[in-house]
Amino acid sequence: MQITSPDFKDNARIALQDVGLQKALGNVKTGFPHKRAAAIARLPEFEQLRDEARDLKNHIIEHLDLYLEAFEAKVLENGGHVHWCRTADEARQTILKICQDKQARTVTKGKSMVTEEINLNEYLEANGVTPVETDLGEYILQLRGEHPSHIIAPAIHLNLEDVSETFHAHHHKPKSMDPAVLMQEAREELRTKFVAADVGITGANFLVAETGSSIIVTNEGNGDLTQTLPKTHIVVTSIEKVVPTLEDMTLFLRLLARSATGQEFTVYNTLSTGPRRPGDQDGPEDYHVVLVDNGRSDMIASELREMLRCIRCAACMNHCPVYGAIGGHSYGWVYPGPMGSVLTPQMIGIEQAALLPNASTFCGKCESVCPVRIPLPKLMRHWRRDEFEKHLTPGAARWGLGVWSFVARRPALYRQLTRIGSRVLRSLAGKKGRISKLPLASGWTDGREMPAPSGKTFMQQWQEQQKARQSS
Amino acid sequence: MKPNNNPPVIGLFITCLADLYRPEVGFATIKLLEQAGCRVEVPEQQTCCGQPAFNSGDFSTSADIARQTIAALDGYAYVVAPSGSCISMLHHYPELFDDQDPWKARAESLKARAYEITSFLVDVLHAELPNQPYSGTVTYHDSCSGLRELGIKQQPRQLLAQLEGVELKEMEESETCCGFGGTFCVKYPDISNRMVSNKTDNIVNAGAKTLLGGDLGCLLNMAGKLQRQGHAVEVRHVVEVLAGMTDQPALGETQSSIKAG
Ligand code: SF4
Repeated sequence: MQITSPDFKDNARIALQDVGLQKALGNVKTGFPHKRAAAIARLPEFEQLRDEARDLKNHIIEHLDLYLEAFEAKVLENGGHVHWCRTADEARQTILKICQDKQARTVTKGKSMVTEEINLNEYLEANGVTPVETDLGEYILQLRGEHPSHIIAPAIHLNLEDVSETFHAHHHKPKSMDPAVLMQEAREELRTKFVAADVGITGANFLVAETGSSIIVTNEGNGDLTQTLPKTHIVVTSIEKVVPTLEDMTLFLRLLARSATGQEFTVYNTLSTGPRRPGDQDGPEDYHVVLVDNGRSDMIASELREMLRCIRCAACMNHCPVYGAIGGHSYGWVYPGPMGSVLTPQMIGIEQAALLPNASTFCGKCESVCPVRIPLPKLMRHWRRDEFEKHLTPGAARWGLGVWSFVARRPALYRQLTRIGSRVLRSLAGKKGRISKLPLASGWTDGREMPAPSGKTFMQQWQEQQKARQSS
Repeated sequence: MKPNNNPPVIGLFITCLADLYRPEVGFATIKLLEQAGCRVEVPEQQTCCGQPAFNSGDFSTSADIARQTIAALDGYAYVVAPSGSCISMLHHYPELFDDQDPWKARAESLKARAYEITSFLVDVLHAELPNQPYSGTVTYHDSCSGLRELGIKQQPRQLLAQLEGVELKEMEESETCCGFGGTFCVKYPDISNRMVSNKTDNIVNAGAKTLLGGDLGCLLNMAGKLQRQGHAVEVRHVVEVLAGMTDQPALGETQSSIKAG
């Protein structure tokens, strides 16, 4: 997928003016947060579960190698295969090779952000394998040639009218605005694809070391068909998804469902543990797990380590006022919102992604809802530091900061300049008490008035008072 | 208030925005502290808390400013500022120093002594305010750093509730960011503008005469937007009302601009 993160500001400006998008974003801002709040209110121990989940994730990351090896051993024991892929490219090639070995022509896909991250669809297509997205949102996006704008609700940027038009154009059926009719259409289209697919690819929400299982949680059940009908099932996932036991998994499932959609539990929680055994009624003949690193093990040794706790619930973006204003596509790559502003620079480089970790007021709402307590503002600040230290900060901002810090470190000079500043601002404001246009601060005054200082600086007044007191 | 023979000495951290834009906020803070039996000093060597450098990733300048501020505020029983955001920054100072660095311990000591004014009055002093002549409806914006880093939510409301003439009309989403964010509002003006517009919608819908808050950055942002949109809601720092210092015009207004309407 094309990276447009360097154009973040332009993307955002366009998004802010996009009436349809703004309407669709209304659902994110109110729907998800309210449902989450209601679900949490029904679970008094929620905060305690967050602590447990944070601690458990920290433990797992500390011993990631052990748990991954234990997981691999179990998968092999169950008759499956495990592929370790250091980079996105290795992962793509590995998956293509499996498809080619099976002479696969079409693959069905469950929803998976890791396959977005490694740009799998385009690669498969370029190599003669047709991927078919089976998650309803992803299916709609595939027809439209778009990418997800949200990690759990990929088509959240669209309205019913958009879906209706897209289906009308591709399914050649009468246009409908009835969600049930549209759903039925998609179902019929997809049913034939499910049966015809040679390979099914799914992601994984968690990998369980104790049993060698992977689990996907969905609300549509499409993932089940994707992983049981084709002869070959490939799980494409990333290394930090492993948890020690089934019991541990349930802790995360409880947090995930509530944080993501406000459900107590997601509708379908489907475990898969290797290929079909003798006597099994269904299941794939071949079972592969592709474990993608793609920069994650570098994060273990860095300040970004805490980001590896992420369980991809999307609460951070659902509650983010910046995401809520501009939507996911503005961020210009796979992962949007606060979690994306931390991950994207790691994956595509800070040079291209520097605008993302800067696009935050550090209001801290994301951290306050994150089920595994990731300090997202702190991690965004880590990238700002990296940007500053690599001299990537834009010239004007760096210069301004330099002047400001020179003055701020010299209290006497600072006093004098603030006195002058106060006087200048007051005279610009005149009798009105505020400034409507200030060339050097047009970012401010284009959208709002700038209230002027109400009088001499506090320090000046204070010192004058002290002097008057001493002399009296 | 009982006479106190050994009043705690408070170092006032005025904050750069109150110093420059709203000196009244400093005097109101001093008045509140003195009413509660404290003695207040204003250390000369303070400038800004360093947050602009910290949030721009310039950690070395942040550490320089932290050292300057720590030294300036040494020796005070408590350090109080009329800002949750600046006090949060003071609470970040320990992160700027290695464990072996002697400044680390001094930063920790400052962190333990540094309070935002409303939380200091309520949580430390359990202050009872003398009644004030102010009367009218107010709505309250919870600024992000104070709310989420320092847990300031009930404190200003408890204090306002002590004033007989004040009626609090809560707005929708009082905890949602106003889009100020320090340098954010000039780096990303379009997004900031949308966020502050959402905010002013909620403020206006609350139907209160006055918007109050505990952080001047946010208040300047919201006042500027309300005025650009032509709304009559006046904007003040909460300490102005608590200290009964509402004679002077609200933010961005003058005697003549009030008359001119
Ligand atoms: S960072 Fe936290 S809130 Fe955001 S997706 Fe990950 S787990 Fe969820």
